Amino acid sequence: MSLLSTSGLSKEFGGLRAVHDVSFALEEGEVRALIGPNGAGKTTFVGMLCGRIEPSAGTVRFDGTDISRLPAHRRIRAGMAYTFQITSVFARLSCHENVALAVRRRKGNVAKDVPEALRRVGLADRAEQLAGDLSYGHQRLLEIAMGLAQKPRLLILDEPTQGLADSEIEDFVALIRELKAEATILLIEHNMAVVMEVADAITVLNFGEVLAEGAPAEIRANREVQAAYLGTG
Amino acid sequence: MLASLEGAVTAAVLALTAVGLSLVFGIMRVVNVAHGEFFMLGAVLAWWVSSWFGGHVAIGFVAALVIAPMLVGAVAALADVTILKRIDYDPERTIVVTIGLLYVIQQVVLMTYGPEARPVEPPFNTRLALPWFEWGENGLQLYWPWGLSTTSYKLFVIAAAAVVLEAVWLLMRHTKMGLVMRATQLDGEMAQVFGIPVERVYAFTFGLGAGLAALGAVLIVPIQQAHYLMGGDPLLLSFIVVIIGGLGSLPGTVVAALLIGMSDGIISVFFSPTLAKILATLLVALVLVFRPQGLFGTRTA
Amino acid sequence: MTETAKAVILHLGLIAVLFALQFVLPAYHHGNMARVMVLATYAMGYNLLFGYTGLLSLGHAMFFAAGMYGMALTVRHLGWTPPPALLAGLLSGAVLSALVGALALRTVGVAFMIVTLMFSQAAYLTILYFTTWTRGEEGFVLQQVQRVFWGIDPSDPTTRYFLALLVFATCLMLSLWLVRSGFGKVLIAIRENEDRAQMLGYDIFAHKLGAVVISGTMSATAGAVYALLFGYAGASFAGVQYSILPLLWVLLGGAGTLIGPFIGALFTFYLIDITSGYTSAYMAVVGAVLIALTLFARQGIGGEIRARVWRGLP
Repeated sequence: MSLLSTSGLSKEFGGLRAVHDVSFALEEGEVRALIGPNGAGKTTFVGMLCGRIEPSAGTVRFDGTDISRLPAHRRIRAGMAYTFQITSVFARLSCHENVALAVRRRKGNVAKDVPEALRRVGLADRAEQLAGDLSYGHQRLLEIAMGLAQKPRLLILDEPTQGLADSEIEDFVALIRELKAEATILLIEHNMAVVMEVADAITVLNFGEVLAEGAPAEIRANREVQAAYLGTG
Repeated sequence: MLASLEGAVTAAVLALTAVGLSLVFGIMRVVNVAHGEFFMLGAVLAWWVSSWFGGHVAIGFVAALVIAPMLVGAVAALADVTILKRIDYDPERTIVVTIGLLYVIQQVVLMTYGPEARPVEPPFNTRLALPWFEWGENGLQLYWPWGLSTTSYKLFVIAAAAVVLEAVWLLMRHTKMGLVMRATQLDGEMAQVFGIPVERVYAFTFGLGAGLAALGAVLIVPIQQAHYLMGGDPLLLSFIVVIIGGLGSLPGTVVAALLIGMSDGIISVFFSPTLAKILATLLVALVLVFRPQGLFGTRTA
Repeated sequence: MTETAKAVILHLGLIAVLFALQFVLPAYHHGNMARVMVLATYAMGYNLLFGYTGLLSLGHAMFFAAGMYGMALTVRHLGWTPPPALLAGLLSGAVLSALVGALALRTVGVAFMIVTLMFSQAAYLTILYFTTWTRGEEGFVLQQVQRVFWGIDPSDPTTRYFLALLVFATCLMLSLWLVRSGFGKVLIAIRENEDRAQMLGYDIFAHKLGAVVISGTMSATAGAVYALLFGYAGASFAGVQYSILPLLWVLLGGAGTLIGPFIGALFTFYLIDITSGYTSAYMAVVGAVLIALTLFARQGIGGEIRARVWRGLP
């Protein structure tokens, strides 16, 4: 049984089809990349997965139960975690408190889990700094730390490497490899090098529909994908 | 007949005041809590101006009709430039600041004008033999009062309000100023990019909004008296009208003003005025909670 | 010294100073101080919602009045003794705030401000409508005998001062505990970034509703205690002005700081007290201070302390 699946998931914005009839399944333990040209509906799609956007039609199932009608916070409680495409941290709170908010919600051990999550993204020595004072790249890492600290079964990362320096991207790739053992990961990503390196499978969205799905090598060889995406990107 | 005429007068003045509030909200996204005080300031200035001018009462009244709204508009534009602009029109801080403005205006009037209520004489009431004119932005128009001697001035109020509202509509739809204002409404930053002097448009809009309230007040002072606390009711009623009519929609505002104004007299027949007010405020709150687009607005995605 | 210890010492220190003050203050200021402490309790209730949760209400007077009338009406018309009457006041505030919160929280931002303003206005008008029982604007006095309970006489100045201090200190320490609790930290998170808080799995609506009820009940406590200590209930306490004043106190003292409401209430009380000696238009000062604060000192006094002296000021 898949950890997460959708059937016929669609979203229209005032007659405009952002996502159309997407049926999608994610197996436990896999790292899936979701790619597609700008405006392909990737963020709308994951928005519907985690409850930020109400679908026009279709259902979302998580761990065997229909969660289509659940509000976002209930889905998070069920074991999802989501990191925002546009960095969204508590700017006027310390890094420690940012992560602690994530740990406290699942009634975890703040004293142990917060430093652990910060260490894994390389922000251990910045615990007391205000999140707003961090550089952009560090804020993105903090966001990932907040995702880790929730100990999710499914971690959804929306363009996590955007704005990171090359060395930070390398660390990020290593982190994803390490995380594989703990969580299922859905990664929206523009950086094809990262995708090819970490993903077990790739789903390509184009004009709100699934264009192709398969192993990285297959996707790379797929002519339609090349035409729609790789060719232009 | 007479009751509905009373209602129509209320509706006319309310429409002017509420359209002022609606313009400011629609274009600047500013909720002006001091709007009622601009109304009151218009009434008080009307008293001052008309008592300063000697001679025929009509001269003083016409002077008030011109001078008071312009002065109030200038005060509002000044407040916009010195205060609202500086806090970047942040919605919540704007409300706090206009509350401050409310108290400052109200209390300064109390200090200078005093706590008394003072009447302004209507320019005509019994002298019906003369043809009269109404003053709109279209210029002077001849106007022949009907035989209803007690209501001649009230008819004038209704007609004047209609002309001014028409003028505002024309200004918004068919002039360059209106185009610029609507462009600013759609997207302030974009308008700035296209070289529209957004700051000046905002100051003008805020002044215009306050000026309309003041004009409504000048029209009503011959019927009600000018008093430093008279701003509360128009503020509340304007809020009701603007919210029910759909925030920022001019036609909605006018329809709602007519509805509220006309029904005001009728509701008061069945309920006590206090109960009518309770029901009205609850209605506004519930409309905002359950139908934020207003009773007549359509939901936009 | 840990941050917690520092916070506890600071606030216990404030309580100790207020305790000591009562032996040195002349009678006039002694009475004023009791009043300021009750008003500061009201401001603290307001601050929990505005300063810590980021929700700006323009209608808190209805909660203050719910407490005041819940207490005073049961004493006057049902002949209750103060303890159950105080409870009735608290309960009125809790119920009203739950009801208003459940409706108003469906809106955000400016609409929330207007909805709370309208509900409060409706509450004020309701008090006027039932003038037969409430005596409207004029209000009514609770006699000394009606206010005595358990051998305690709240009309005695010293007793009154202690009761005011007791209520103020209790609410202050409760607030301190609350904002450092898990629940309080989620409120702060909602204030800082509601979207992010939701995507960490927190139920935003439930937390906000909790904040409205706690804030409304604390405001009602202040209203009920005001009626008990000063023996008066009147509709003016439900008017718009009494919704604006706590906003002013909190902005002046520093929103989102625990000592801010007290500092703000104290300053404003004496500012109005002194100005009203010169002019009847003292509310102009309130207006001017509101404008000046918004323009030049958004953080208020407490915010300045936090920025310059101690970042950990709770």
